[in-house]
Amino acid sequence: MDNSRQLFQYILSGLSNGAIYALIGFGFAIIHNATGIINFAQGEFVMLGGMFTLFFVAFLNLPLIPAIILAILVSTIVGIVFERLAVRPLKNAKPLSIVIITIGASILIRGIAMLVWGKDTHAVPAFSGSNPLYIVGATIMPQHLWIFAIAVLIIIGNKIFFSYSIIGKAMRACAYNAQAASLVGIDVKTMVLFSFIISSAIGSLAGIIIAPLTMTSYDVGIMLGLKGFCAVIIGGMSSGLGTVLGGLLLGLLESLGAGYLSASYKDAIAFIILLLILFIRPEGLFKKKETERV
Amino acid sequence: MTKEKREIIIFSIFTLAVLIIPFFLRGSYYLNVLVFIGINTLLAVALNLLLGYAGQISLGHAAFFGLGAYISGVLTTRFGLDPWLVLVIAAAASGSLAFIIGFPILKLKGHYLAMATLGLGIIMYIIFNETVAVTGGPSGLSGIPNMHLGALIFDNDMNNYYLIWIITLIVMLLSINLSQSRIGRALRAIHNSEVAARVMGVNARILKVQIFTVSALISAVAGSLYAHTMTFISPASFGFNFSVELVTMVIIGGLGSIYGSFLGAAILTVLPEFLRVLQDFDIIVYGLLLIIMTMYLPGGLINGLQKIVEFAAGKVGKRGGSGA
Repeated sequence: MDNSRQLFQYILSGLSNGAIYALIGFGFAIIHNATGIINFAQGEFVMLGGMFTLFFVAFLNLPLIPAIILAILVSTIVGIVFERLAVRPLKNAKPLSIVIITIGASILIRGIAMLVWGKDTHAVPAFSGSNPLYIVGATIMPQHLWIFAIAVLIIIGNKIFFSYSIIGKAMRACAYNAQAASLVGIDVKTMVLFSFIISSAIGSLAGIIIAPLTMTSYDVGIMLGLKGFCAVIIGGMSSGLGTVLGGLLLGLLESLGAGYLSASYKDAIAFIILLLILFIRPEGLFKKKETERV
Repeated sequence: MTKEKREIIIFSIFTLAVLIIPFFLRGSYYLNVLVFIGINTLLAVALNLLLGYAGQISLGHAAFFGLGAYISGVLTTRFGLDPWLVLVIAAAASGSLAFIIGFPILKLKGHYLAMATLGLGIIMYIIFNETVAVTGGPSGLSGIPNMHLGALIFDNDMNNYYLIWIITLIVMLLSINLSQSRIGRALRAIHNSEVAARVMGVNARILKVQIFTVSALISAVAGSLYAHTMTFISPASFGFNFSVELVTMVIIGGLGSIYGSFLGAAILTVLPEFLRVLQDFDIIVYGLLLIIMTMYLPGGLINGLQKIVEFAAGKVGKRGGSGA
């Protein structure tokens, strides 16, 4: 009985981490499909989400909901500035230069965050208290439920946006063929900007909802970003079901591995999976049919 | 003057400068900085072979550096092996790892290669941290013996300076030679277009793995020298940040330029000494340097210097001409 309760606990935390990885992965996929760039600074938006929320709540004494909205807004503005200053000036740059510039940007954002907020790790208040709920003998933190609910909402919203809205369809057209898209009158540059807006907003939201569980500091973005990338690689660079499954799979394996094998190698598990996927199936685990490129 | 002659003259001047500089320095602080510039130059040259010559990025090169350092540290402190023997073992082990992992990893391109090498670096970093019984974990490994040559023990900055710089000079010479050779041209062809290179009969796959192996091997030698010079190592020196720092050295120095790698290594070694006043600001300066250099000076400082020299020479020549 105790064993199965423990297993349930591992699965639960694995799934909620996995949902976060999937959301971060979405950010990678949306930018990659609009621009062909892997944004190494993606994790920093996740960090900014958590840190800004904390800043608005703890230092400006704002209530939680306005603080969250403000945090997403500010992080998105950082995303826009990043696109304007570092990405837009690059025309036909080599992948190598782009990798280095986005790494430079991520170092810069992290460095500024460290200067502003210091090196300490901060606790972020949970959305609705931290009294655990008891369900079938297992404990669930209310924050887990928030994570699942918000993740599901974003996944559905994302799907609707890219399938039915005019901007979403235009962005998909750019992903298939930017030149053809511009010939039918789609403003490719604006779509690239939109991709940065959406992915920094989703990234920061992911950072906001995970922060109460994991605490936050200026350097959480590296690991979270890399795991999000791992999720999106498993999912084959889509912002659809593949990446959701990829994130959940990664979260589960990580949590079970940490629980039953070794907690200290928890982070290594994600990267071993990443390498294996890249070596064996760089196009993702799931067939093309199931994954949809945005 | 032929290109070859010019290269020989430049290298001779550089070597001479390196060999006589210690006689003009007072105090061991500067010598100590120069020792580190030597180790970093070795690393930057190693990465430049891969990044600058062959155009393949690695964001995990600190792993090979660390592997060299830890193999040296562990085998000398726990098994009492000879430092020179251990240096060879470290180089061979690191090279073998690179060779084995090179085949699957170098199939990847661009961003994917960057992420895979980054993952490799982080896995190694976690191993350095977590195998506490072997490596001492986060608190590090101390008591590593100095290098020796007969009765000569490399336990002061002057001796270490010559030990490290002589090895660095040899590696630089070999690297310059390599770039002028058939293999160097083949690597440049891969850099420009792998498909075109293959069409012309270059075995791109093998060649990329070979240069990756050589690069990892040199990095491990640097790691081994670092361990025996410092006599103390800890995982913090071999993390993701250091991998990025190495890439920064190569980029700001100039891709494909061996003297550029020296320049980049020198700047990034000396910069923190100046930035110490700014304390934690240095990370921001790195980030800015990376962005600005890649955007506005993609050829690196060496290229920029050359342009300035040519520009100045042109102006002087013109002025001289109109005056006459």
